[in-house]
Amino acid sequence: MINLEIPKKFVPLVGQAHQVAEEVFRPISRKYDQEEHAYPKELDMLAALIDGMNDGSDLGGAGAAGVRRTDGDGTDSIRNGSNMSTVLGIIELCWGDVGLLLSMPRQGLGNSAIASVANDEQLERFRGKWAAMAITEPEAGSDSAAIRTTAVLDEQTGEYVLNGEKIYVTSGERADLVVVWATLDRNVGRAAIKSFVVERSNPGLKLDRLEHKLGIRASDTAAFILDDCRVPKENLLGSPEVDTRKGFAGVMQTFDNTRPLVAGMAVGLTRACLELTERLLREAGVEVDYDKPAASQSAAAAEYLAMEADYEAARLLTLEAAWMADNSKPNSLQASMAKAKAGRTCVDVALRCVRLCGSLGYGGELLLEKWARDAKILDLFEGTQQIQLLIIARQLLGKSSAELK
Amino acid sequence: MSMAERSMGLGLRALGRLAGSDVVDRLGVRKPAERVLYRATRDGFKAVGAAGRTFKSVNGGRKAQRLPSTTSTGLFDLTPTDEQQMLQESFRAFGSDQLRPNALRADTAAKAPEEILKQGGELGLTMLGVPSALGGAVDERSSVTAVLAAEALAHGDMGLAVALLAPAGVASALALWGDGDQQATYLPAFVEAETPASASIAIQEPRALFDPFALQTTARRERDDFVLDGVKSLVPLAEGAELLVVAARLEGHGPVLLLVEAKERGVLVKAAPGMGVRAAATGDLLLEGVRLPARALLGDGDPAVYAEAVRRARLAWCALACGTGRAVLDYVIPHVNERVAFGEPISNRQSVAFTVSDIALELEGMRLATLRAAARLDAGKDAAREVAIARQLCSEKGAWIGSNGVQLLGGHGYVKEHPVERWYRDLRAVGVCEGALLV
Repeated sequence: MINLEIPKKFVPLVGQAHQVAEEVFRPISRKYDQEEHAYPKELDMLAALIDGMNDGSDLGGAGAAGVRRTDGDGTDSIRNGSNMSTVLGIIELCWGDVGLLLSMPRQGLGNSAIASVANDEQLERFRGKWAAMAITEPEAGSDSAAIRTTAVLDEQTGEYVLNGEKIYVTSGERADLVVVWATLDRNVGRAAIKSFVVERSNPGLKLDRLEHKLGIRASDTAAFILDDCRVPKENLLGSPEVDTRKGFAGVMQTFDNTRPLVAGMAVGLTRACLELTERLLREAGVEVDYDKPAASQSAAAAEYLAMEADYEAARLLTLEAAWMADNSKPNSLQASMAKAKAGRTCVDVALRCVRLCGSLGYGGELLLEKWARDAKILDLFEGTQQIQLLIIARQLLGKSSAELK
Repeated sequence: MSMAERSMGLGLRALGRLAGSDVVDRLGVRKPAERVLYRATRDGFKAVGAAGRTFKSVNGGRKAQRLPSTTSTGLFDLTPTDEQQMLQESFRAFGSDQLRPNALRADTAAKAPEEILKQGGELGLTMLGVPSALGGAVDERSSVTAVLAAEALAHGDMGLAVALLAPAGVASALALWGDGDQQATYLPAFVEAETPASASIAIQEPRALFDPFALQTTARRERDDFVLDGVKSLVPLAEGAELLVVAARLEGHGPVLLLVEAKERGVLVKAAPGMGVRAAATGDLLLEGVRLPARALLGDGDPAVYAEAVRRARLAWCALACGTGRAVLDYVIPHVNERVAFGEPISNRQSVAFTVSDIALELEGMRLATLRAAARLDAGKDAAREVAIARQLCSEKGAWIGSNGVQLLGGHGYVKEHPVERWYRDLRAVGVCEGALLV
């Protein structure tokens, strides 16, 4: 039966996450925006708390609990599961602070990859570790199939030897592990790309620099050089076989599952902007009337309504994608729609809210200007706006990546 | 504005038209000025005529039947019920087999073919909002069902969908807010008759920045009666209407809904086809001192009832936008894949392909927002905000989709060989139209 309200059983979780956002994240938001690269030690206690809540806690970070697809319980009954609860938690936490969410210990994207594709032995071995994700290279961003970092098996030692350069590694300095994407054979293309778990302490994994960024400055962004970096072959995630038929499926599967989570981040940030703007507009004497036609209200009220509508569309698309994942429905199309809509909406709304709020929006006293800077990353990482539109278009039009470039 | 002032305004404009017409001279029409003015206010308007059915008034003081709210499992769920899926499929088939092939003809004629209206009656559209105890088809609130039905029909053609759904809107209004006598008087004509009564909801008035909460059509009390004056526009099926639900500002009270039998003295109609949804045979309605009995008042004149009617109407238009938006998407995909320019399909270009992506994702957002609002209505929850959001999306993104449907076909999109020019016109109705329908 069609119902698009937040499931009742997740209301306590949403409340908890909101409390964390309000009482832990917001008070230190500005501090770590100003002190880029300082470690937000306040999060250690929070992370310990989350660890203690049990392994499957829904109050995770960027989907670190993993977003394994469930095959259902054999019945036709509809489920609201971990994909939805994780998204709901993320929305609340990013209402607090996106950069701090990304900095949550042991809740990195690498954890998500491990949880999603690791075998049981690996799951056990990497349990409790904080894992970052290293995909992007200076010459390969959106085109992740073009990565140049190589992995060569040393038969004698049973180790893979990694060589290359990785950039934009979120929490790369702080994490215990880095999941590195590398190719077993550059001539084969996508099918040869595998992910390898590298201990942060590995001498072959050399920190090159930490980036200075427009926003999400609480989250450190590392660049690494992999210089004859040796990892045990047991650290390869998934199958070592180069199966050209399955192509990219293994590694891209992580993305199908994490795009709705990043969309959730954008939704949370958008709501933060709207709530603050609504308060400031009310103080300025503007209130939205939902029954009166927008054109008959003040321009600010009409603009607010338009922004709120886009927010709601982004939010519902995000929930739809998560709901499909929970119910084993293929959701690659909806995941990209959610990411594209939420990404563009959060940037658009944040920038318009800054304008509507004038110097209160643009100044450093409140957080609106920071949110507007934070927002932009959400239309970039986990696939830019343009990449999402490509994925959507290729599916709708039945095009290969060779036809629709 | 008083009746006299308004008549004057209308009259002078009509006079201007008369003055430029040869007919006046040829016929030697020379009348006293006031007589011309009086006739001119009704330029083109005529009484509905005796063809329509007579409703036999029931005065039994019987209890009204109400549909209970739905009870949710509390889960987020996008799966329609089995019944809803069946209805969706059959309406979708009706839309593609009957509505789409007749759409251009109906659009040109500004009228729905009789056989289509008859088939619509057979589909039981007017029963979808009426409790089974009153001869309807449902046992609980059914806005979601109505949204899915409207969407499926509008995928065939929006104008014909409006013609088919306008009577259903009146039937639903009677089910939602009619008292026992009103239900007994009027509902049989919608659920028992072979062809449902021709009816629609008249809220819209002809002026810029029209606000349904600031009506100029007035109802004043005269002893036990109401006297109704005003002008309504974009009323579906206006010329053939048998029953109208008219929104008016009740003096000293606020906006109310009144049941007006089209045969009443002073009810004048005029065909007034617009830019789109022409198959719905939209018209203007002139109400000149229409005297109504006290029992004509719907929902006890409760302001909350009126607000809900406005919201439910807006949501019905949203559902239509979702259906027609989907028609655009389904139409442009094969076109851009087959159309070759510069040696390859134009869909190989990002500017074309990304427009298709944008249509798809905005459409999905519209649809989810519309369904959320409808589900809230069914659950008996407040939906003011959700309806406003759905309307905002369906109005703006809907018109954008209509525009890009034409754009993607280029010059071909501008000519009537392809339906996208009609969808361009139809989709603009959403965001303009108030009332007319109901979910």
